[in-house]
Order: sequence, then structure tokens, then C-alpha cells
Amino acid sequence: MFNSAIGKDFDYREEFMTQVSMTVNGQAASGDVEGRTLLSTFLRETLGLTGAHVGCDTSQCGACVVHVDGKAVKSCTMLAQEAAGATVDTIEGQANADGSLNVIQQAFQDHHGLQCGFCTPGMVMSAAALLKENPKPTEAEVRHYLEGNLCRCTGYHNIVKAIMAASGQDAEAIAAE
Amino acid sequence: MYNFEFEKPTTVADAVAALGGDDAQALGGGQTLIPTLKQRLNQPGKLVSLTGISEMNGVSVDGGVVTVGAATCHADVEAGAGAYPALAALAGQIGDPAVRNRGTVGGSLANNDPAACYPSAALGSGATIVTNTREIAADDYFQGMFSTALEEGEIITAVKFPIPDCASYQKFLQPASRFALTGVFVAKYGDNVRVAVTGASEEGVFRWAEAEAALSANFAPEAIDGLSVSADGMVGDIHGTPAYRAHLVGVMTKRAVAAAH
Amino acid sequence: MPKDHGIGAAPKRREDLRFLTGTGNYTDDINLAGQAYVYFLRADVAHAKINGMNMDAAAAMPGVVRIFTGADFEGVGGLPCGWQIHSKDGSPMHEPPHPVIAQGKIRYVGEIVAAIVADSLEQARDAAEAIELDLEELPAVVDMKAALADGSALVHDEVPNNRVYDWGFVEENAAATDEAIKNAAHVTTLELVNNRLVANPMEPRVAIGDYTRHNDESTLYTTSQNPHVIRLLMGAFVLGIPEHKLRVIAPDVGGGFGTKIFHYAEEAFVTFASKQINRAIKWTSSRSEAFISDAQGRDHVTKIELALDADNNFTAVRTHTLANMGAYLSTFSTSVPTYLHGTLMAGNYKTPLVYINVEAVFTNTVPVDAYRGAGRPEATYQLERVIDKAARELGVDPIELRRQNFITEFPYATPVALEYDTGDYDATMTKLEEIADLSGFAARRAESEKNGKLRGLGVNCYIEACGIAPSNVAGALGARAGLYESATVRVNATGGVVVMTGAHSHGQGHETSFPQVISEMIGIDESQVEIVHGDTGRGAMGMGTYGSRSIAVGGAAMVRATEKIINKAKKIAAHLLEASDSDIELKDGTFSVAGTDKSIAWGDVCLTAYVPHNYPLEDLEPGLEETAFYDPANFTFPSGAYACEVEVDPDTGEVSVQRFAAADDFGNIINPMIVDGQVHGGIAQGIGQALRENTVYDENGQLLSASYMDYAMPRADDVPFYEVDHSCQTPCTHNPLGVKGCGEAGAIGSPPAVVNAVIDALQSGGHDVTHIDMPVSPSRVWAAMNG
Ligand SMILES: Cc1cc2nc3c(=O)[nH]c(=O)nc-3n(C[C@H](O)[C@H](O)[C@H](O)COP(=O)(O)OP(=O)(O)OC[C@H]3O[C@@H](n4cnc5c(N)ncnc54)[C@H](O)[C@@H]3O)c2cc1C
Ligand code: FES
Ligand code: FES
Repeated sequence: MFNSAIGKDFDYREEFMTQVSMTVNGQAASGDVEGRTLLSTFLRETLGLTGAHVGCDTSQCGACVVHVDGKAVKSCTMLAQEAAGATVDTIEGQANADGSLNVIQQAFQDHHGLQCGFCTPGMVMSAAALLKENPKPTEAEVRHYLEGNLCRCTGYHNIVKAIMAASGQDAEAIAAE
Repeated sequence: MYNFEFEKPTTVADAVAALGGDDAQALGGGQTLIPTLKQRLNQPGKLVSLTGISEMNGVSVDGGVVTVGAATCHADVEAGAGAYPALAALAGQIGDPAVRNRGTVGGSLANNDPAACYPSAALGSGATIVTNTREIAADDYFQGMFSTALEEGEIITAVKFPIPDCASYQKFLQPASRFALTGVFVAKYGDNVRVAVTGASEEGVFRWAEAEAALSANFAPEAIDGLSVSADGMVGDIHGTPAYRAHLVGVMTKRAVAAAH
Repeated sequence: MPKDHGIGAAPKRREDLRFLTGTGNYTDDINLAGQAYVYFLRADVAHAKINGMNMDAAAAMPGVVRIFTGADFEGVGGLPCGWQIHSKDGSPMHEPPHPVIAQGKIRYVGEIVAAIVADSLEQARDAAEAIELDLEELPAVVDMKAALADGSALVHDEVPNNRVYDWGFVEENAAATDEAIKNAAHVTTLELVNNRLVANPMEPRVAIGDYTRHNDESTLYTTSQNPHVIRLLMGAFVLGIPEHKLRVIAPDVGGGFGTKIFHYAEEAFVTFASKQINRAIKWTSSRSEAFISDAQGRDHVTKIELALDADNNFTAVRTHTLANMGAYLSTFSTSVPTYLHGTLMAGNYKTPLVYINVEAVFTNTVPVDAYRGAGRPEATYQLERVIDKAARELGVDPIELRRQNFITEFPYATPVALEYDTGDYDATMTKLEEIADLSGFAARRAESEKNGKLRGLGVNCYIEACGIAPSNVAGALGARAGLYESATVRVNATGGVVVMTGAHSHGQGHETSFPQVISEMIGIDESQVEIVHGDTGRGAMGMGTYGSRSIAVGGAAMVRATEKIINKAKKIAAHLLEASDSDIELKDGTFSVAGTDKSIAWGDVCLTAYVPHNYPLEDLEPGLEETAFYDPANFTFPSGAYACEVEVDPDTGEVSVQRFAAADDFGNIINPMIVDGQVHGGIAQGIGQALRENTVYDENGQLLSASYMDYAMPRADDVPFYEVDHSCQTPCTHNPLGVKGCGEAGAIGSPPAVVNAVIDALQSGGHDVTHIDMPVSPSRVWAAMNG
């Protein structure tokens, strides 16, 4: 492909290029990927969905969590081609149809469950997976479930509170403001 | 990552055929392999995903044996192995929920990380590792850290766990990775008790014979009193000295016996 | 009744809307047309001479645009150090060059040896593997004591004994302090390590250089806490680009904690190289790279002595500290163990004599610089640990020993050069006793013991100094930068307000809290105020956000600019209302003439400023925009008291934090919700330091804790809900908002509470343990218990 900005051909490696299709946030999405293309890279770079973040390269931080076929996965630890044909949900698709924040997102805002926002997409997607499995988790269950989601800003206090509030529990009673 | 070709067969036969070529490698859940590839520590020409093979997926119970398809993810084992509660509980302690939704039994046993959880369940249960060509007894399967009886191109298709009278897995977390700093799996089959230890030894998962003998005679936490494993050959790293790990083997074994049900 | 707007209210954060919907704009989310990628080939040995490099094969690989080495940077400046320290003997510190790319010698694992620019990152990485290095390995210098010994290998040949400086403070106190210690009724001594940490903001660093030929302008997009400072340092000291040709943009930044203050080689590289190849260049750090290239924090080895008289009054404190600088002097590295640490060694106590000696040392490790708290956690930890040890040696209550020695009269001049303006340490301690329910501790301990656990309580105080200032004093002490902040307040014709601040938010919520101040001052709705930050092309000048300075310094600048706006607007209103400006009052967005019913709305005055038909043009310029620079008269001094309760499992040595309470005095509070969040985050980092986090090098200078597989970050289930309170408020006397800053307190105050609690637990179980170095890991606790 000729690139006018640099006045020469880009040497994309055509090797192992395949088209991959999936349903992302309810819409058909497809693009060319290599064997090694990660789902996180496909979402961020091919589809421009930069909500899933990449915070590590050892699969520990959870900033990249999305749902594949309804289950939370680390999109940095899954190949784009492994998600071929799957239903993928990301933070960009979480808000209500009218654009307002969904219950979990709203609880994060109400309870100041985010500061820099970098871990937030992964936190919200993990929280959504938890509440689907366990609609009224205890504090200990919430903390345990977040084992794969690191946050350096909040000290977790308000994240745990937000998730409990999103589950309809009285977060104020559980942890004083 | 170096680039590679990707293939996702739907039968074991096709997977074996795909793995026959040069430098092809099996891909389970990728929870170990993908991070390794990111570090460029490995350069397969082709990855053959096993997760699309339905005959390798799922948990079944038959005649006192729980059979787990090798491509079954940890979360499905946690949910499906109710007939063997200690096994289900172990699966539920691996990594975190997102890892458990991808990582597989087969991948864990093939990798045989010295701090992984599953090897202790397989060895502690006297499980049988079923591959595309043969069945391997757990006692013959583990051959030191990251090393197993698997041949080039051989894939694990299932693991058969005999259901014990009671069992428990006790894991002391390595605080960073949350793998086992030391984990002990204890299972009681009639008069025969098996004790498998992971995370502690430089040789990877091992059976603690003395404890097995003592517990076979008297299945009670006190039976461990006075027993100890030697610190020689235990792992020493920034998270714990060999002596500390040797000590934890005793503590975790006692706790496993107390918790076994 | 809590307020619903303005100062003291807790409106929800407006920035959350984009962060919660995945529409934030972090640097890695930016991709420029035709951008190339750089991969940095980093040293994998700690100390070596570079005898040669063969890049022929690499340069010929597909996609490679150009490979840069140290030779390309000869004649280009090195990375500057922003604070010059003088040793006791008056000599200036050693300040060897800090090259962008290693020149002739490698000094730490992670140092950049070559930079490969290619069409894709993977191609750049492929090429990096084809570079052949001819290295002559040298013995690595890792341990500080060994580094100082005669005959040690030298990190920089021109720095004898690897000693950067040998600083004494306050030198005039030295002899008297020695004498007081000699004559004391009791001296408690403690040797301890303040463990090296990696800051680990969840967003790794990113830098994109973009040179545009048509206007000869360079733009750098970077994950920085202070884009203006980067523009100044990089433009003036490294690349020689005038500031009007250089724009630095730090968009949404995913946490900083200090490590995104500094000017890094990668930023200078992409800016420099983009011009060379006339194409944008992007670098995104992997987490693995971050562990070996982000400046690290802490790493002090200290001996502290506390002298007491027969009545348990503190009579003197003497310390000796070795401070690890790593292989090069990072931007503010030299100030951390000195002016940010030594000056705080009086703590909350009226100890008459304090003397600090700090030797800073080069080692073949990643450079060390400020990390949340920077110097103040190190000071607090030593002091609060040694007081705790003294209380145990003397058999007195640790809280009472502290109370007895509290400073109670303000302003108070410490023996280490600070003047505390306000504070009430007794009040925060009393508040702590209440919120931590200390009276219920005995019952909780009994309960733990029933379950086979040991329970301990640790209490401590802290004081810190925020918003380093004033600039002239800092300059006299060696600072090479100003420490003011600027703000431009632009009122639009229809009354909306845009504030351009030099402060930068990377989680602190300025977009929400700054408008609260404007709303309070003018009486317009917060939604009418927009905050612009993070772009040198849009704001005058700024020093950025660190040292808990945003509201105390940046907020004060905004207040000053807004005051100018209000003054001018009053003149316009006076003209319109045909009154004298001294009679004009502004309340709730309306100007009125005192004692009359004549009034005019804020919006009408603003419109008049831009449509000056009925306007005093001969006395007043049209328009409504003002800039202010605020240089504080002094530091601010937040303080507080913290309590931690832990359970120790005697079988495994595992420590679990059961309760944590913090009573802080931050002066006035703008947004209590945000303040709570800042404290929570700081406490988790402090618990992380105390129990989990450690940065460990082997004797060859290889980092052993080089990923999250081995560097233990605190997780949700490592911490409890925290009890935090900031109702004790002694407002700062010298800034217009009476605020003190709250960003670092949690990280400063919490480590000693945790360690004091562990020692208390072990002693309650009959173990004769007086100290365990951080991180207090299960393995270390078990070893201590088993002597
Ligand atoms: C954050 C995190 C935390 C973790 N914590 C734990 C923990 O606490 N305890 C624990 O035990 N593990 C832990 N793991 C590892 C996890 O359990 C992995 O899932 C497992 O080790 C590998 O399984 P996999 O299916 O992902 O295999 P892959 O990563 O896909 O493969 C691993 C290796 O096995 C081979 N392989 C895969 N499947 C087969 C097969 N059927 N037959 C033959 N070879 C095969 C592959 O070729 C590769 O060499 C953690 C991982 C992460 C990322
Ligand atoms: S980026 Fe996926 S776990 Fe860290
Ligand atoms: S909000 Fe910054 S990392 Fe969680």
C-alpha cells in the first residue's frame, strides 16, 4: 500500500493474513488479522474501540477484560482468530440504549469507583460478569472476584462499594463514605 | 510475538494431523502460551487450537471416575465437577475468573508449571492422563518442572480422576502471581492416602511419602506432627526461602487433612 | 447540611462519563497518519563497555526505516537533573551526563542501547534481534555499602566511591545533636530499609513524536504529569528546540504517582527522531519495559537514633541514610533524600535537635526518583518506627509518648528549616481513637486469639509538606525550576468560563473540583466552567501535578486570576449600573449595587465586555480574560494520625490487614468525595509497600521482580474498607483557599502503622521481635518468629 505521508510503500507482512468476523457490541465487525493478532489489538487498532486497555504483558492486570460469548476474558490473552464468529461485548457497548450509563457504570460514578480511569473498563466488565453469576455478592466475594483486576488509584474501596451498590445492596451501610 | 499460522480443527484426528507438520504447537486456553509468545520465548510456525474440539470438552461422571475433557476450561470444571468437590474447588482457585474462562486442564498438565495447581490434583488423585495415543498414569506422567511424559505432537484429550472418599486442596498463594507458593492436595481412597505437593520443590510436583504413610495409618491432622520435609531441593526465591517452603508443606498438609470432606 | 455545589460539595465527577464508556483519550489511543514505531533495544546486562555494534543485517530487514544509536546523539544534550545538592564540605554533587541512548557504556539493565524505527513494531523488534553487540562486561555495582567501599567498580569513572553527595542537615546542629545523644537518659536505635518500589501506574508510558515540516514544529504526545516541564527540559536542555516550536500534549493519563513527572529518554528520542525521518514515531511501553525503564522509588537504608530525657521528652534525632540513585540522576532524584526528606525529620514533635546525614549512591540499577510521597514516607517511616520501638523499650503507651511530645503551638519553626503554619495533632489523634474504635481493640484481639491468630495494633502520626515553595527559597537550596503555578481564566461572551491550568489531572478529578471553586467565587453553575489542561499549546506555563500541589498551588493561581476577572467585571457592572465599583457586590452570579435594588446578571456583564457599546473604553480594555502566576509563600503541612490492625497467622507468618483508619487534617476541603478517594488510594499503596511490594536485584544487577508474576501489587482482597476522616481542619494560613493537599498523605502515613501493628501482634504472642524490614512478607515474619 502506498503511503503518501512517507512517499513509499508500507511493507505490511501479508503472511498469515486472514479475515476474521465477529459480532462486537451487537454489530457485525470484520477485519484482516495475522495469526498473532490479539483480540485486544483487533479491538483497539482495527475497530478503533480503544476502551479495552493494555496494562501488562503477563495477563495479570485485567484492564483489557471484555466478554466473549458472555464470559469475561482477558482480550490481551486471546487471539483475534480464536474469537472468530463469537459475540464480543466491550465497555463501549455497556451504556443504555439512550446513551445513559448502565447500572454498574452509574454506580461507579456515584461512588467514585474510578480515578484515572485506566483500569475502569476492565473493572466494569468484570463486575458485570460477577453480577450475572452472583447477583448479590458479599464484600468478600466481590474482592475475591476482582483478583485479576488491578487498580493503582482507588485502593479498591470505592470499586467494591460501587459493585455492591450496583447489586442493589446498601453500600453506605457496608462501608462508611 | 513472531507470526504464526492459526488453525482450529474440530476433531482430535484433525488436530493430530495439523500438529504433525514442522514446528506446530497445540494451543489450549493460551493463558500460559500467549504470554510466553509475547516475550518471544517461543517461535511456533503454527498454532493448533484445541478448544473447538467438542470431544475434548466437558466433564462427565461414570463409575466413581470424573473424566474431564482436556480442553475444558477451569471455570467449567469448577461448575461441573461437583462429584469431586475438592477438584472443583481447586479449579476455582486457579488464577482469576477471566483466566478460568480460558485456561484448560490439558494446557495446565502439558505445561507442568512447578507452581501450578492441577498437577497436584492429578498426582494426588492417581489420575490417568489420556492422550491421542495412550493412557498415562499420573505417577509416570510428571517428570520434573515443565517436563512430562508427552511425546512430540502428542495431545492430552482427557483426564480421568478417580473420586476419593474425601480430599482437599490447600493453596498458599505466591503474593504476586497467585500461583501456589506451596499447595498440597490430599485424597483418601479407603486405607490409602495420597499427598501431592506443588509449588515447593525444584523438581515440580511430588508425593510426600512419609505423610502418606502416616495418614494412611491415621487420617488426622495430628498424624503430621513431627514429620517434615527437608529444605534441600525446595525452591528459594524472593517470595520464600527453601526452609519456609518446607515448613509450609507441613502446614498445608495438616490443613488439607482437616478440611478434607 | 452538605452543600450541593461550590467548595465543600461532592458533585459526581464529569470526567467519569468518558472513562466509563471507553471513550477516554489516552496517549496509546492516538494514532497518527503514517506513523512509524520504535522498539528500544535495551541492555540485558547491568554494566558493560560497548566495544562495537553491527547493524548491517538489522538495517536491511523488512520495514526498517532507520536505526539510531548513541552516536546519533553526540552533540545533543543529556537528560537534565533538576536539583543541585551540595555536600557537607560545600562541594557540588557529582552530575555525570545522562545520555538519551547509551554512549560507550551500559550502566543498568534496561538502558537504551539502540532505537529501531520501522513501519511496524514487530518489524522493529525483528530487526533488534539482528543487531550484534560487542560488549565487555564489567562487575556490577548493586549493594550501596559495597558501592561506597574503596576499590568498588565505578558506575561513572569520574565519580569516586560512587558517592553522588554527602549531605548534612542542618550542619549547625551536628555537634549539639551528638552531645544530646551522648547525654540522653535513653537512646533508641533502629536500622531499617525503605524498600525500593516500582510506581506502576496502570497505564504504561507512551510517547509519540510528530514533526511537521511546513511550520517546523515538533509535537510530543506523552503520558506526563507536567507537560510544560517536559517542554522546558526537553526543549532547552536536551534538543535545543525553542518553546514556541515545541508543543507537548499529555491527554488522559492513566495514573502517575510520581513516575510520570520526569523527563525520559524515550520522549526526547521520538521528538528528535521524528524530525530526522520526517514522520511521526510512536512508542508504547510494555509493562515489562516499564519495570526496567520507569524511574523507581524509595530505596533508603537508614540508621536512626532517638534520644529521650528521663521524662520521656524527645531531646534529639540523628540519622544516617544511604539513598540509592540508580545509574543516573533522574529529574528530581537528588531532592528526594535531601530537602523532601531531611526537612521532615522533626515530624509532629518538638524535638529540639535534629541532624540528618544522607549519602547518595550510584549503582547499576534503574534510576530512582520521586514516588508518591517522595522523601516524606521515608522520613515518616523511620521516625514513627523508632518512636514505637522507644515506647516498647520504655514500657509506655505509644500514643501517650507521641502526645507528650507533640508540637502544640503554631507557627512552629522546626530545627530542620521548616515553619509549620498550622496543625492540631492532638485533635487528629483523638479523632483517630474514635474512628478506629481503639477502645474495642482488646475485645477484637481476644476474638482473633480464639481463632488461633495474633492480633496487633499499630498507630502513628505523620506530617508532610506539600506544594514545595517559594521558588526563591527552593532556588537557593539548589532547585533549578520555579515552583509556582499559572492559570488563565477566560470568560466567554455568553458568560461561560474556561480555565487553562498548568496543573494536570491523571486521576485527581480537576475537571470536577476546579469548577467548584469558580462556582463558589462567581456564583455560576459548575457546568458553566470548563477546565483545560495537559497541552502546552493551550495554557500559558505550568509546573504540573505532583507533591500534592494541584489545589494548593494551581487552585490558588486560579483563584488569583478569577479575582482579577471579578474586579474587572465589577468595573463593567459599575459602569452599566451607574454606580461606583466599590459599591458593587457579586453574589449568585448577579452584580448589585449595595443598598439598592439595582442589579445586572453575570452574563450581561460578560457580553458587554465583548460587545463594548456601552463601555468605559477609555479606562478599561474590552474582553474578560486574565492570567495569574501564584508562587506560594510556604509549603502547606497536612498531618494526621493512622491506625492499622492486623492478624498474623502464627503457622504461616501471613499478615492480613483487618482494619485501617486515617484521621487527616487537610485544611479546607474542596470536594470531600475526591479527597476520600485520594486517601484510599494512598493507603493501599502504603499497605502494598509494607506487606507486598519489593524491587529486588541479584548481584549481577538483574531485576528479579520484573513483572507482575513477581512484583506483588496490592489486590482488592489484600485490603479492607478504610475508615477515613478529614473533619479536623486547621486551614493553611498562606494560600487563598486554606487548603493543604491530600494526594500523598495515605502513602506517607500508612506503612509505619502496618509494621507497628505486625510487631505488636508478634510481641503479643511472646515473640521477641522488634523489627522486620518491609515488605513484611509471610516468609520474613515466619523467619522472625522462628528466630
Ligand atoms: C493471571 C494468571 C494466573 C494464573 N494462575 C494460576 C494458578 O493459580 N494456578 C495454576 O495452576 N495455573 C495458573 N495459571 C495458568 C493457567 O491455569 C493456564 O490456563 C494453564 O497453565 C495453561 O492452560 P492453557 O489451556 O491456557 O494452555 P496454553 O497456554 O494454551 O498452553 C500451555 C502449553 O500446553 C500445551 N497444550 C495445551 N493444551 C494441550 C493439550 N491438550 N495437550 C497437549 N499439550 C497442550 C501448549 O502447547 C503449551 O505448550 C494462571 C495464568 C494466568 C494468566
Ligand atoms: S492487559 Fe490483559 S491482563 Fe493486563
Ligand atoms: S482508576 Fe486508575 S488504575 Fe484504577
